[in-house]
Amino acid sequence: MQGALEDFFRALRASDVRISPAEAIDAHRTVATVGFADRELFKDALCATLAKTADEVERFDRTFDTFFTRQAFMAASPPPEDGDRDPMDGLPQEGDPSELARMLMAGDASALAQAMEEAAERAQVSQIRLSTQRSRLTRKLLEEMGLAEIERIIAAARRLDDPKGQAAGERLDAARQALAKEASAYVERQHELYASESGKNLREELLARKALNSDGGIDPVDLAMMQTLVKRMAKRLADRYSRRRSVAWTGHLDVRRTLRKSMGYGGMPFDIVFKTKKIDKPSIVAICDVSKSVAAAAQFLLTFLYSLNEVVDRMEAFAFSGRMISVNALLDEHKVETAILEVLKQIGFQQTDYGRSLEDFCDQHLDQLDRHTTVIFLGDARSNYADPRLDLLATIQKRSRALIWLNPEPESYWGQGDSVMHRYQRFCHVAKPCNTLGQLERIIEDVLRTYIPH
Amino acid sequence: MASVSALIQGLESVGYIASRRIATALFMAVNLQKPILVEGSAGVGKTELALSTAALLGLPLIRMQCYEGLDESKALYEWKYGKQLLYTQILKDRMGASLADAVDMDAAMDRLHGMGDLFFSEPFLEPRPLMKALQEDDGCVLLIDEIDKSDEAFEAFLLEVLSAYQVSIPEIGVLKAKTPPIVFLTSNNVRDLGDALKRRCLHLHIPLPDAALERRIVASRVPGIEADLVSQLVSFVQSLRTLDLRKSPSISETVDWARALILLNADALETEVVRDSLNVLLKFEQDIQAIEPQIAELIRKPLA
Repeated sequence: MQGALEDFFRALRASDVRISPAEAIDAHRTVATVGFADRELFKDALCATLAKTADEVERFDRTFDTFFTRQAFMAASPPPEDGDRDPMDGLPQEGDPSELARMLMAGDASALAQAMEEAAERAQVSQIRLSTQRSRLTRKLLEEMGLAEIERIIAAARRLDDPKGQAAGERLDAARQALAKEASAYVERQHELYASESGKNLREELLARKALNSDGGIDPVDLAMMQTLVKRMAKRLADRYSRRRSVAWTGHLDVRRTLRKSMGYGGMPFDIVFKTKKIDKPSIVAICDVSKSVAAAAQFLLTFLYSLNEVVDRMEAFAFSGRMISVNALLDEHKVETAILEVLKQIGFQQTDYGRSLEDFCDQHLDQLDRHTTVIFLGDARSNYADPRLDLLATIQKRSRALIWLNPEPESYWGQGDSVMHRYQRFCHVAKPCNTLGQLERIIEDVLRTYIPH
Repeated sequence: MASVSALIQGLESVGYIASRRIATALFMAVNLQKPILVEGSAGVGKTELALSTAALLGLPLIRMQCYEGLDESKALYEWKYGKQLLYTQILKDRMGASLADAVDMDAAMDRLHGMGDLFFSEPFLEPRPLMKALQEDDGCVLLIDEIDKSDEAFEAFLLEVLSAYQVSIPEIGVLKAKTPPIVFLTSNNVRDLGDALKRRCLHLHIPLPDAALERRIVASRVPGIEADLVSQLVSFVQSLRTLDLRKSPSISETVDWARALILLNADALETEVVRDSLNVLLKFEQDIQAIEPQIAELIRKPLA
């Protein structure tokens, strides 16, 4: 049973339930306590030891059901009417009688199922990784069960003159075909258990590295997956950084305040006061370009803005293409999809004018900036040859704590054509190309980390 | 504690209707001697489970409520500073007498070292909940409530207590529990708990109950309520849960509502009574406003 449990752990890991060796040991102890007799008890007990969140419980239930379900074996041909007769009757006898042939002719479903399990272990079906391995593994599984012998018997039976023998051969052939079907279903189930998730993971990994503003943008097929990916990244950041932002005490005695408090006790330090630490409240001003040139990236930038809005207490979000507007209210009020649509509807896909937008910002929102504020610009700095208003960016830089520019274009494009990135760059504390989700996450995390200590 | 079904019956006898999954998790926690981390939305009976377990086993319950800024001096132990100061005063008075006949400084120091140092010793220790739980000779039920409200540092500090049932006090050494307590941690998912903590615990997620289970819970919690009324109000609550509300009513709200209906002498759900008592069930003004116009319709809905 240990082997089966190990396989089960592997299946669980494949469906993203994290199981450490310590948990595996716990699971073995659990099994030793409850035994296998009661399926429901077995399942619940394992679930309590292995699945650690509500999500994992759900995935555990699904994997458990797939893993421990054995559909009734359909391969068995109906057994001959009179039970006394030898099921092998009529088939040519040569050498040792085949065990598999006997099972097939007798229609012994449970024996067949067991034989298949054993053969699967020998053929290492559970090591399946890719969907392309399925047919090869099915073949190997059947061979391990003794297919070659069956085929030989069928061929020999067909050569016989005896009609009874031929009929028996046909019956064996039908049973063999059913068995093959059964084997391929078995391999399919194993693939689902061990490999289907890894394919998905690979795809997600590729998406995280895919350039957001590549030609043709994101494939519509990938869009949904991309959205969930962005949300998951934002959730990860939120989990990590939405925690407490103050430290209760850091362990250092505050001598001055302790002495002051001890006055009431005649100089005896009864009340001990520890030093507390004040922590900067993060304040972020994010300004996002949603014009035509960054259209593909804009959606994801906005999704990220939206998620950041949930993490950071003091965040002001702005979007611009020709003019600039504050999108805070929109992000607060709506769900993520509608919020993004709403922003794009109000301001998106127009001619970019960086100078004008900076003017708007400085006219109306400059008071948002103080020495605690980090300003994050998301945009390609392609200003359609309009005045880039460097002076305004300089003002912003002077007033804020840090100015970070994330550009979806690679660095070699900066300053080419109508891009004024190289001129803006001088005023930025950090200017980085950022055109994949992976990069975006890393940079935002860096920003958050400077505010929130660990 | 012999089997899961015995446990279900036992819990029922102290007024807690447990689903099979809950009882199995508790059974495993006792058998494997592991803490059990109970998650679920507010009011599904997380804390109640610990209370009922204590009642069932006849063990004392030691409860520790977590909050931001909770630290080990409030959770584990604190020195009795006042008494320690007094002790040093006595020491000073007595010291002169016992050291008077020492010939020189070295001899006095030797004698000083020879005296027992009681300054940091167990009599001066003020035990807090965690230590009290470890000191119970016959074991106890330790409830660490709303662990997600505490700091990460405190969570890390709990690891030693939860895995080895011992605590290290720098001045004294390691104190180990004679009988490991049964530990319940509850969490409302305000923040994600660390993997290290999760790994040391069994996990139990208590979902909102299905109608049949909820009927039994209401019947056991509100004795003397009529079966008709129970099934009516439970199906009303169940249909509320399918709607998009800011805070879905959980079991404790259902039970409160059942009690309220009895106080109001209601035999059956009627629009008027429901409207008057809706604030027991729903805790947000928007929710109440959203539901009010639909009350009649929700009551008429056939039982599921």
